[in-house]
Amino acid sequence: MKSMNLTLKIWRQANAQAKGEMKTYSLSGINDHMSFLEMLDVLNEDLVKKGEEPVAFDHDCREGICGACSLVINGRPHGPLQTTTCQLHMRSFKDGDTIYIEPWRAKAFPVMKDLIVDRSAFDRIQQAGGYVSVNTGSAPDANEIPIGKQIADEAFNSATCIGCGACVAACKNASAMLFVGAKLSQYAMLPQGQVERKRRAEAMVAQMDKEGFGACTNTGACSAECPKEISMANIAMMNREFLTAKFTGEA
Amino acid sequence: MSWISDALTSSIGRKLSMSLTGLFLVSFLFVHLSGNFLLFKADNGDAFNLYSHFMSTAGIIRVLEIVLVAGFGLHIYTAIVLTRKNAAARPVEYVANGSNKKVTWFSKNMGLSGSIVLVFLLLHLQNFYWRYHNWDIPMVEIDGKEYKDMYFLVASVFKNEWWVNPVYLLGLLLLGFHLQHGFASAFNTLGLEHKKYSPIISRIGNLISVLIPLGFATMPLYFWLFN
Repeated sequence: MKSMNLTLKIWRQANAQAKGEMKTYSLSGINDHMSFLEMLDVLNEDLVKKGEEPVAFDHDCREGICGACSLVINGRPHGPLQTTTCQLHMRSFKDGDTIYIEPWRAKAFPVMKDLIVDRSAFDRIQQAGGYVSVNTGSAPDANEIPIGKQIADEAFNSATCIGCGACVAACKNASAMLFVGAKLSQYAMLPQGQVERKRRAEAMVAQMDKEGFGACTNTGACSAECPKEISMANIAMMNREFLTAKFTGEA
Repeated sequence: MSWISDALTSSIGRKLSMSLTGLFLVSFLFVHLSGNFLLFKADNGDAFNLYSHFMSTAGIIRVLEIVLVAGFGLHIYTAIVLTRKNAAARPVEYVANGSNKKVTWFSKNMGLSGSIVLVFLLLHLQNFYWRYHNWDIPMVEIDGKEYKDMYFLVASVFKNEWWVNPVYLLGLLLLGFHLQHGFASAFNTLGLEHKKYSPIISRIGNLISVLIPLGFATMPLYFWLFN
């Protein structure tokens, strides 16, 4: 175990209306086995002892599966590793480092407090069409659904998206197309998703545009930062789904 | 008909315009480059002059000229619309700039490379298109008929107004970077993604991003340095 001293520059903003600013904090005696969030817990305990307002940040499962934790660390969503912030450990940093911690930045993700942003835009996109209305019953037995293994795997890969929003945070255009692509593709590839396939593509893309996300320029930054390694092929599939729906749909 | 305007003004519809006009402009580059290679035919420029005459008089070409201008116009207009929307999608920038090594600098700066190519394009149009149509160009006789000596104009611009050459070379270099990202990107936008074909498309993009600028660069370099 190594002990580290750090300088933290953290975005502080009292509420959605307040004007925020970067504030500097010094932290000493950080264990390099701590997760990044545990390091922030230590900072917050210090702040509470001093009678200051602790830094607000999102977190839930702390085991890399829920998508609640966010944070842009040194300019990269979830920090230097392609994982969630809860799975990032202080051994990825050096003693004496200065670490910049900022919230996701997008018009569609307004800051609520400090490092917490409102990601309900994602929920509204899902509500617009990210579901199937047919009764799918309980979990099917293996090989019961008439699709090939490769399709099943690809649909599953798309479905691993945890909706954390790192794609939006990483994209220079604050585009949500990797998220929407994953959420569309997981149904487009499966029989259960066929009934609402065209309507879904049109409705989810329309909601995405309405929320004020930008448009994809295929830099690949989203996929490169995605903790679930969702591929750019999902964006191509979304484009195909949307254009097919618009030009061949009868509604 | 509102579904058409809805489709074309949606984020993906704008990207569709961007990719289709981009690919159309790439096809123009091939036509332009292959025609220009007539400059190197050892006939004192006769073939090139006949080609220039055809390109500036044939009806079908004049119609395609309008389509080409519309293609450029739509590509540039859509770029401006998308750039403004994309900038509005992130009103507050990050304080720290982190970069992922998997993301190329040029893929993030298509607007910059495109703008420099546009400046080069305007200079290029003044140098040749404008002068061919509006200046007194020396005439040349081929098979008993008089033609404007475009070959002479090309040779004299690259030789006597040599300062344009660095601008041409820079424009071509940035065109290469623009194509390197744009070509493969256009296919992804069209939804044409496939495990077998996408790597090939990507390789073709890399190849043309080198060969097209290199092919065009031979022309100013030849007349500037070797003629």
